[in-house]
Amino acid sequence: MIESLEPIIEGHLFFKGLEKRHIKFIAGCAKNVRFAEATVIFREGDPADQFYFVREGLVAIELMVPQRGFTTLQTVGVGDVVGWSWLLPPYKWRFAARTTEVTRALAFDAKCLRAKCEDDHDLGYELFKRFSNVMAERLEATRLQLMDLYGVGA
Amino acid sequence: MASGLDQPVAVGPVEPMVPLAFPIERVRKETHDTFTLDLAPPAEFSFAPGQFNMVYVFGVGEVPISISSDPSQKSAFQHTTRVVGTVTSALKRLKKGDTVGIRGPFGSCWPLAEAVGGDCLVVAGGIGLAPLRPVIYSILAQRQKYKRVVVLYGTRKREDILFARELERWRGKLDLEIEVTIDRGGPEWRGNVGVVTTLIAQAPLDPANTTAMVCGPEVMMRFTLMELQRRGIPAERVYLSMERNMKCAVGFCGHCQYGPTFVCKDGPVFRFDRIAAVFGKVEI
Amino acid sequence: MSDTSVGVNERVVIEVPDFDQLLQALTTRGYEILGPVARDGAIVYDRVTSTSDLPSGWTDEQNGGQYRLKRREDMALFGYAVGPHSWKKFLHPPVQRLWEAKREGNTFRILADSPAPAKRAFLGVRACELYAMAVQDKVFLEGPYVEPGYQARRDSVFVVAVNCGVAGGTCFCVSMNAGPRATFGYDLALTEVLSGGRHYLVMHVGTPLGAEVLRNVRHRPVADPETREADEIVANTAQQMGRQMNTEGIKELLYRNYEHPRWENVAARCLTCANCTMVCPTCFCTTVEDVTDLSGEHAERWRKWDSCFTKDFSYIHGGSIRATTKSRYRQWMTHKLATWIDQFGSSGCVGCGRCITWCPVAIDITEEVRAIREAEAAGLSAAGTDRP
Repeated sequence: MIESLEPIIEGHLFFKGLEKRHIKFIAGCAKNVRFAEATVIFREGDPADQFYFVREGLVAIELMVPQRGFTTLQTVGVGDVVGWSWLLPPYKWRFAARTTEVTRALAFDAKCLRAKCEDDHDLGYELFKRFSNVMAERLEATRLQLMDLYGVGA
Repeated sequence: MASGLDQPVAVGPVEPMVPLAFPIERVRKETHDTFTLDLAPPAEFSFAPGQFNMVYVFGVGEVPISISSDPSQKSAFQHTTRVVGTVTSALKRLKKGDTVGIRGPFGSCWPLAEAVGGDCLVVAGGIGLAPLRPVIYSILAQRQKYKRVVVLYGTRKREDILFARELERWRGKLDLEIEVTIDRGGPEWRGNVGVVTTLIAQAPLDPANTTAMVCGPEVMMRFTLMELQRRGIPAERVYLSMERNMKCAVGFCGHCQYGPTFVCKDGPVFRFDRIAAVFGKVEI
Repeated sequence: MSDTSVGVNERVVIEVPDFDQLLQALTTRGYEILGPVARDGAIVYDRVTSTSDLPSGWTDEQNGGQYRLKRREDMALFGYAVGPHSWKKFLHPPVQRLWEAKREGNTFRILADSPAPAKRAFLGVRACELYAMAVQDKVFLEGPYVEPGYQARRDSVFVVAVNCGVAGGTCFCVSMNAGPRATFGYDLALTEVLSGGRHYLVMHVGTPLGAEVLRNVRHRPVADPETREADEIVANTAQQMGRQMNTEGIKELLYRNYEHPRWENVAARCLTCANCTMVCPTCFCTTVEDVTDLSGEHAERWRKWDSCFTKDFSYIHGGSIRATTKSRYRQWMTHKLATWIDQFGSSGCVGCGRCITWCPVAIDITEEVRAIREAEAAGLSAAGTDRP
């Protein structure tokens, strides 16, 4: 029995305001996924063919630095989105993502959505609006992290 | 002047003009640049959470430091501070049995009474956890008066986490939500990485009925306030602790002025809507 | 001397040759008299023992960044405006030891307070200065804490006020509703009259103590023409103000214009020399210095005048909040004219003009207010000069 994800998607703040037909389409591209703790979701350079909406757990965005190993740049938690590299060419992940806890998420078929966005610009615009906001918030947070706010002189 | 934990009000100073000699019980290192001073007052010493003392090192100088301990503990109190100058360096070198001069307590306090019956959100950044620790104790001491209680704490690295043992102990409580995040991830850290503002959106609260208490570097508070506003917490229910240069703590020297307020007597805890007109203005 | 005892609120006439009896009466009662003397090219406040110490026959010419003494054609005792000193020099001393302490083993002990201050008589207090003292009273006596030293000094002062017979080139007490007539806060207040060959003082009794001291000074009841002459002099002074400030809605005006480009303009001229804060009779900011002797056994805390114009004034770990000249000038002027009202219920400015006279680059607070007001009216407000 395939559970319809429409109500879940409709109910969420991120997708609020989307037209019914768009919700239906998006739901059609989505599936529930579950990752165990310390599981690699994607690697740097992998094709960005999916993006994730975290429903439970914690995901670490990591960068591999030779001699230093994997460093967590930021973590993404419940209610937040992992990945926007799927939206922009060359559609490859720029960072790695690994779960730090058991994580349940909604995984979206990015290839399918990309194709549909080319066809239906209304959907494209709606998704771009929402993802630009994700990027903006992530950028703002990253800038604050860079500021080393807690050092003396902060 | 303190009317007990039921209706906490700011306590007046024992001796506002002249320091009283208090023996040091212990000087304990917290992180590489932060330490806690345990003091045993010769007589009962009361304070309300959020208040500060002027701490004097004989012949060296005097600095304002928030009181960081549990207000219900009358026989001892603590100051947690970073080493940032001559006086704090001298303070750190003191030992059990040495004496410091205390004037205080001074200033306004966290809104325990106003928060009753609603959710409490505590947002701390870096050393900002120290002036908030007393209010967390006070809330927990009368837990039944509040609804949901959420503590969000951000600092730079894992090694900079203050009061780690206490945080772990509090985390174990079923009726308290604590989230800690650090700016710089490390190899053994499996928790949140990112600025503390990112934890606000998902905090389990009813924004319309939440009292927020915020303390940390001013930049962090600016962005925190923006997130609180996005969340829909009203400005009249957001409180922050401000810091300015202080010399006298009694409203005479003029140094701590912040717009039309004196941080020493109108603050350091301010209700946000009352300072909204100057908050964030460049070089005010 | 006089067989009639005078009541409070009455006026009497004292002939100038008899005026010295007032000084002697005060000295006999144990007062140290402080009053105007000419020294170093200015009229300053210092010890006065007789009327011959006063700068009779002198006046001052004041303008932006300018002060000079000039001889008058008569021998008026008080024929000048105010100089660089104000009475805050005595009530809120520039350097003051707050306490001393001695090390005792592991602890320390604060040593007993110094004795009560000497009784002082202030001779020649202008209306603007009475207002300035009242403004400082609000700071030190009417807040949540009382400054005990200030209180002791204030309580023991005998005030002989002077209604100004000449307005200074930078005066604007009328704009600030702070003069030129003294209306409160004095034991005695005099108006000096030189007319038709006569030279006399019309003295108004403010307190029972003033009346008491006057018993040792030759005087007689004032006649109507003399009252009229005295009142006319003060009325004339009010017409001669060197400057003017429109205070209507001034608090809101400055609150609206924190980012006005005018602040950049004045910052380009201001040297942050802090002269204005030193000569201003209401500026009260101080700093604290903790010192110890070489042995480390004896420590003292000293309080000294400070100024919001110094870079360190707003220093907290890592840097100063107000690092730029612009922010410091804005702080001073906004505090004086706007936030002071919210803090203490009245303006911090009494229109004495000292800040204008003693500014080395002649920055004029009345002009700065005018510039912001006019620019705003012309629609040029809030052009924002913050760096992104």
